[in-house]
Amino acid sequence: MARMKFLCDADRCIECNACVTACKNENEVPWGINRRRVVTINDGKPGERSVSMACMHCTDAPCAAVCPVSCFYTTADGVVLHSKDQCIGCGYCFYACPFGAPQYPRVGNFGSRGKMDKCTYCTGGPEPDNSLIQFEKYGANRLSEGKLPLCAEMCSTKSLLAGDGEIIAEIYKERVAKRGYGSGAWGWGTAYHDTLAT
Amino acid sequence: MRCAALRVWTAAIIVAVFIGVNFLATLAVAQQPSPTDPNANAVQEQQLLREFGRIHGLGSIPDVKSYTIEQPMGRTWRTFHEVWLHWIGAIAVLGMTALLAVFYLVRGRVKLESGRSGVTVTRFSGLERFVHWMTATCFIILALSGLNITFGKELLLPLIGPDAFSIWSRAVKYAHNFLSFPFTLGIIFIFFIWLRGNIPNRVDIEWIKRGGGIVGHDHPPAYRFNAGQKAVFWMVVLAGAAIAVSGYLLIFPFYVTAIFGMQLAQMAHSVIAVLFVAAILAHIYIGTIGMEGAFEAMGEGSVDLNWAKEHHSLWLEEENASIANTASPPPTYQHSRSTT
Repeated sequence: MARMKFLCDADRCIECNACVTACKNENEVPWGINRRRVVTINDGKPGERSVSMACMHCTDAPCAAVCPVSCFYTTADGVVLHSKDQCIGCGYCFYACPFGAPQYPRVGNFGSRGKMDKCTYCTGGPEPDNSLIQFEKYGANRLSEGKLPLCAEMCSTKSLLAGDGEIIAEIYKERVAKRGYGSGAWGWGTAYHDTLAT
Repeated sequence: MRCAALRVWTAAIIVAVFIGVNFLATLAVAQQPSPTDPNANAVQEQQLLREFGRIHGLGSIPDVKSYTIEQPMGRTWRTFHEVWLHWIGAIAVLGMTALLAVFYLVRGRVKLESGRSGVTVTRFSGLERFVHWMTATCFIILALSGLNITFGKELLLPLIGPDAFSIWSRAVKYAHNFLSFPFTLGIIFIFFIWLRGNIPNRVDIEWIKRGGGIVGHDHPPAYRFNAGQKAVFWMVVLAGAAIAVSGYLLIFPFYVTAIFGMQLAQMAHSVIAVLFVAAILAHIYIGTIGMEGAFEAMGEGSVDLNWAKEHHSLWLEEENASIANTASPPPTYQHSRSTT
């Protein structure tokens, strides 16, 4: 089985935010929730850099480890998913997540944040694949149709790569070898304990 | 003429070809990857993590907290929550229970040595008892729901299954959040109604030196509250305040503090909470099975005269003095209905 990962080639990201828009549209994500976002470091200064970030579907995921009701599970493809029926909205996954991926539909109201929402790698949730109830709760299920997450599929500069970890790492290494530089796979050290030395 | 024209045309073609070749060569060079990194001066991931411990930038969506894209200290918090807190909690709660069990078996119950006199003296007013039991009820529910969040998935989830456990956990999460308000109110009341009797004084040193009479069969003098009770008072007030402040930081996420502050608040909240539970177990022990005649102080509000003599001799003298001053028949003394 493949081990699905995201890889953002930060040298190619042009901060167009199309991945953010594509994700919201494809998954019909509720207002106020962004499963993916593009952040620019040192914006407007020399040496600025943009990175697109969402749930990285970590190896030994911290969110799953700290969840008090154990509502997370990892699919055979290495995608980290959760059950919104079991989620109690406590916010612990947000404390533990290194990438700020978990989102809640409400901010306060005595901690009743509602069900956590995060990137599903366009893989839906525990309900039957491509059922209406799955779409309403978790958004699109592209992986079951043999398609990759839309954010990466439509990235205009092919900065954001999705797919089997070994394959996208190989593509990235080839790029780096050809162009002679690369800032590394952002987040891989934290998510997969793999710095992808180039 | 024809020869000259031919020469001109030849020269023109040579020039044109020369320029063309040059142009194509320029194009070819432009299409080769530049060996220099255009982002050579740009920030690097590892450098940012070393310098700030997290990676933060500027985004274009309104959710400001999403501008932090990497915070590896979430892993530290995870280790605390999944490893350290489990050990601290288990040792504190089970350790105290074991300690109390051993103490009960070795020391036994602190008996009323002079027996019951049949005469009672008022110890806690209705308001005092109401405040105590309101806070105590909230505390027990808060403690159980708090322990559920940490230990439930290991102890309860395998027994009742994920769906039932999820419904239960959601209910007790709401209980935990909403009962925090009467609990905090109770802590504030406790502080004000019992502060006067809980200022440490010289009698406490003597009481501690003589082991409070708990270890042996001694009865060191004490005013309304002895040094042990004062310790419980200050523990409840200070731990209660700390637990309330750290808890409200978590109930209102991102109102006061960002993610790092919430990680710290959760660590403080949970460690104080399990130690608080352990201390309250000892408090419950000495107030119930640990000491004869103690529970009725908070249960019915009055204690046996002999109990007061043995455990709070100076307080009883004060009470007697105030009764003598009013020169009326002792209103606080009552013959109890049953003498055991």
